[in-house]
Amino acid sequence: MAVEILKEKYRGSIREVTLGATKEEGGTRTHTVKVGGETALPFLHFEGQLPNRPVVAMEVWDIAPEEWPADLKSYYQDVMNDPGAWAKKCVEEYGADLIAVRFKGADPDINDASADDCIPVLKKILESVGVPIILYGCGKAEKDNEIIGPLAEATEGENLLLGYAEQENYKPVASAALASGHSIIAQSPIDINIAKQLNVLIQELSTALVDKIVIDPTVAALGYGLEYAYSIMERARLGALTGDRMLAMPMISSIAHEVWTKKEAFLEDEPNWGEQPERSKAWEATTAMSLLQAGSNILVMRHPEAVRVTKAHIDDLMKDNSY
Amino acid sequence: MLVIGERINGMFRDIAKAIREKDPKPVQEWAQKQEYMGAAYLDLNVGPAVPEKVEAMKWLVEVTQEATKLPLCLDSTDYDAIESGLKLCKQPAMINSVPAVQEKMDRVFPMAAEYGAEVIGLAMSEEGVPKDTESRVALAMELVANCDAHGVPLDSLYIDPLALPANVGQDHGPEVLETLRQVKLLSDPPPKTTVGLSNISQGTKNREILNRTFAVMGMACGLDSAVADACDEELMAAIATARVILNKDIYADSYIEIFMAQNR
Repeated sequence: MAVEILKEKYRGSIREVTLGATKEEGGTRTHTVKVGGETALPFLHFEGQLPNRPVVAMEVWDIAPEEWPADLKSYYQDVMNDPGAWAKKCVEEYGADLIAVRFKGADPDINDASADDCIPVLKKILESVGVPIILYGCGKAEKDNEIIGPLAEATEGENLLLGYAEQENYKPVASAALASGHSIIAQSPIDINIAKQLNVLIQELSTALVDKIVIDPTVAALGYGLEYAYSIMERARLGALTGDRMLAMPMISSIAHEVWTKKEAFLEDEPNWGEQPERSKAWEATTAMSLLQAGSNILVMRHPEAVRVTKAHIDDLMKDNSY
Repeated sequence: MLVIGERINGMFRDIAKAIREKDPKPVQEWAQKQEYMGAAYLDLNVGPAVPEKVEAMKWLVEVTQEATKLPLCLDSTDYDAIESGLKLCKQPAMINSVPAVQEKMDRVFPMAAEYGAEVIGLAMSEEGVPKDTESRVALAMELVANCDAHGVPLDSLYIDPLALPANVGQDHGPEVLETLRQVKLLSDPPPKTTVGLSNISQGTKNREILNRTFAVMGMACGLDSAVADACDEELMAAIATARVILNKDIYADSYIEIFMAQNR
């Protein structure tokens, strides 16, 4: 007797978000990147459409990241003081699909760089590469609120992906995105209810923004609650596929930031744990691959070797397995 | 639970007048209002307004579709009227309704198969509405068997266990709720369920609280849909809340607004 293969059919789909804008669209990118659009769970090609492959963004900082481990720095030694060249190297040598700029130097406790200091850096990066750009501040909301408006305005029409809109502080970023034609990252603290509510709040500001939101559900590194982040993302994705439009946004995972602040990744003098270079690459790649399975559409990463194996893994996963 | 908006019905004076005078405005206004409030289907019932049901149903279908994108639920005991309406529907509609009476099932299920329509099946026979759960479930089983025999997907069948007004058939209440539970065991996939929500409060005072409470109790027993007043905000809020408690929708602080805005 023939075996009947049970396939799940969902009525919902993930919204498709376009990042970047070409000259014709009002920006300067050589191409745009689409994320989302799925009608099935990750990589289950036999249950629906997965029109866009997950993409990898690589981090570029506005200041040289002195605290990074020596092995990681060795990949960027020649470009660490030149964000434009750094971005170019990520795209051309390391295969970055997107560049994620982090204005670490804007941190009041580091360089306290102003918006006027940051704008030329951002422009330099836009000139150096043709891929769409993700923009992060320093991570301190008060300061980020000051610089996000001017940065967004100075790059009007580029359709950058701006971080972060949060529940208690979504208006500055959302307004900047609306005014200057950018997309936004809506970040929630590993809490699906807040993730949903935040999307509602942003939509209330303007319904035009609803198709320009990428959810950052906040992820955790391997060993630090990865499975908790995973289950939240999985639940959001299942909700979206069964018709919840307020959770049907693509998701971004800030993997680099989580992994590289963990001792398993950066401690160099820990022989019992294995060599740090191998250990750190494996830590970042394993975290990335797990989150791919949870539905992540954009992975923000740091180590070129971890990026390489992750992208090869995505190639495999995107091979059609429908029957 | 999906709400089948009940308001376009010739039992209401404004709709009866609209049908008689062929004035599309009241029909279209109610269509849009119910859609705005979160209805998933719109029930169309010619009612006693005019003797010529076929033409009236065709007119209702046409003018309603001009105003809304919602699927329609064609409500009549005149199956020719329903069929003429089905021909005009731009998307698969619902047939409201067929009892477990052989000749009527033989008329309705082939029609459902032909037009890809869903069907509301009433758990009643020539002898009327049964008193207990067992008899209701037996009639539901007849509907399921006939539905399947005519090649209509079982999840396109909505079993209505038939609620009676709380001041007339109070003893039917527990039987109706138990029927909702047991109907889900009849087949795989199981049929869906529906009720005429306002039946529970016919001729009573406090109609709205009876309707709302019946809705959430029904949902707890697996009720999938109801022909109901989509413009009762408190009813829609109660349904939204029951969906959250049943883990059908993911909670967010604005869950009621999200539920009501689903068609906007």
